[in-house]
Amino acid sequence: MSASALPLTRSALPARDAASRDSGMAVGAGAPLVTLTGVSKEFQNGVTALARLDLCVRAGDFLSLLGPSGCGKSTALRLIAGLEPATSGRIEWATGGATARPSIGFVFQDPTLMPWASVESNVFLPLRLAGWSFRDALPRIEEALSLVGLPDFKKAMPRELSGGMKMRVSIARALVTRPSLLLMDEPFAALDEITRFKLNDDLMRLKQEMGCTVIFVTHSIYESAYLSTRIAVMAVRPGRVIAEIGIDAALPREEHFRRESAYLDACAKASDALHGAMDTKDHL
Amino acid sequence: MSLELPHITAPDDEAETAGNSPGGRRRGDIARARLVGILLPIVVFSFAIGLWEFIVRVNGIEPFILPAPSVVIATLIKDWSTLSLSLLVTLRTMAIALLLATFGGVIIAVIFAQSRLIERSLYPFAVILQVTPIVAIAPLLLVYLNSGTAILVCAFIVAFFPILSNTTLGLASTDPNLRNLFKLYGAGRWRELVLLRAPSALPYFLGGLRIAGGLALIGAVVAEIAAGSAGHGSGLAYRIVESGYRLNIPRMFAALLLISLTGILVYALLALVSHLLLRRWHESALDRGG
Repeated sequence: MSASALPLTRSALPARDAASRDSGMAVGAGAPLVTLTGVSKEFQNGVTALARLDLCVRAGDFLSLLGPSGCGKSTALRLIAGLEPATSGRIEWATGGATARPSIGFVFQDPTLMPWASVESNVFLPLRLAGWSFRDALPRIEEALSLVGLPDFKKAMPRELSGGMKMRVSIARALVTRPSLLLMDEPFAALDEITRFKLNDDLMRLKQEMGCTVIFVTHSIYESAYLSTRIAVMAVRPGRVIAEIGIDAALPREEHFRRESAYLDACAKASDALHGAMDTKDHL
Repeated sequence: MSLELPHITAPDDEAETAGNSPGGRRRGDIARARLVGILLPIVVFSFAIGLWEFIVRVNGIEPFILPAPSVVIATLIKDWSTLSLSLLVTLRTMAIALLLATFGGVIIAVIFAQSRLIERSLYPFAVILQVTPIVAIAPLLLVYLNSGTAILVCAFIVAFFPILSNTTLGLASTDPNLRNLFKLYGAGRWRELVLLRAPSALPYFLGGLRIAGGLALIGAVVAEIAAGSAGHGSGLAYRIVESGYRLNIPRMFAALLLISLTGILVYALLALVSHLLLRRWHESALDRGG
């Protein structure tokens, strides 16, 4: 097991090249699923969230976007989800073109449940919007709730659940469409560490179970090193990928992975890359 | 395809969901506190009424100056045939006005939610109607409309604004991430409105409705008084004006009592509707236990 890191500056070498070089290292990495080429995002208030971002996500990846607040990692996720248009650059899907997205599941930082609806109605939502009847959807809803370990909470209201359980419902809702790509925007940032560790373990198992690709936004070096097959380290002002780190260890991993060299190497490299970026002039 | 996750629910998860079961003694204390909470206002209120009766009797105050509560009740029973008809007239005005205000307010709020531009252009009208005292508008309306319609329009105008402004606020206060989710799954405007915005706005709307219920009554009464001498109105407020002219003070009090009771009843009814609709999920209506 080894970790490889390719710290680079945007001007020296595009991150996409690094990703393709790296592909041999990452476990389960397959054909490109989505490729971002020179993607920039400027908001109406003039803030540049992303500047010429290059990123290749491969089928089967567990890719973490790691960086400090304001580095545009959430924006990158929203662009990939199609929630916002990019100012410039291309987002190309393996299925062809910019609009032919595969089915996507999205998990926000907050559980974002509808407080007036029961757990099962919340999980039903994506299928409901896709035109399913509740009866047809019920087996899928039950499956998704079992996957996240809440099979007995179908009728519960969100307010009756703890923070960790709400997040599980939110993940079940994202999984109910059996997405091929799961986008997660700092989903566990607001949870206590014990719950977070538990959900990390469950998430890795889920990913293997579902066979989906995951893009996971986080600001935790340890979380990204524990979960990912690949880490894209991002820097602020402008938001861009400054290093890609492949972690060559099969998923799901277990607690003892935190003491292995692959994990420790990845932590060290991610940390170095982030510190390197902080030394450059464009970080405040 | 299920994971083997034997103890997937974290210990803290269980602790938080398992309701705390207080001991019998604590439960008894809570029941007693609840009983006192209900009884105390009743006792205080009865005492105040008793005091009123006592003062009137001891001082021998004439009924045309201040009738005792017993006289008011007696008048209410004696004049019930007249007063009940007037009550029905006022109730009918209020109910129709509230119904129209509810439909109108919600429909216009939904239109506002579709476009900021429409909201900006039409909102001033709503504000003008709201800030101009209804008692000042009523005489004008009585010139243009027959008194029945004018009274209805007055009640409608005052009840309309809280529903419109609250519902507009509610429709605009949807969780942006939930809106993102609807967008991600390709929901159209209509489905977003029905499945997301409407339930989000419900607590706001119900808050507005509760205010509007009281205001519809006030609007109807004010307009009836304004129409009083001019029209052939027969609502409760008209009875008050009429009794005032005839110095029939006990009947004035009886009509006033009916108006008060109507207001209380309407408020209680709307509060109940609000509680029933929100009790499962909204913070404002959750059982606080004790």
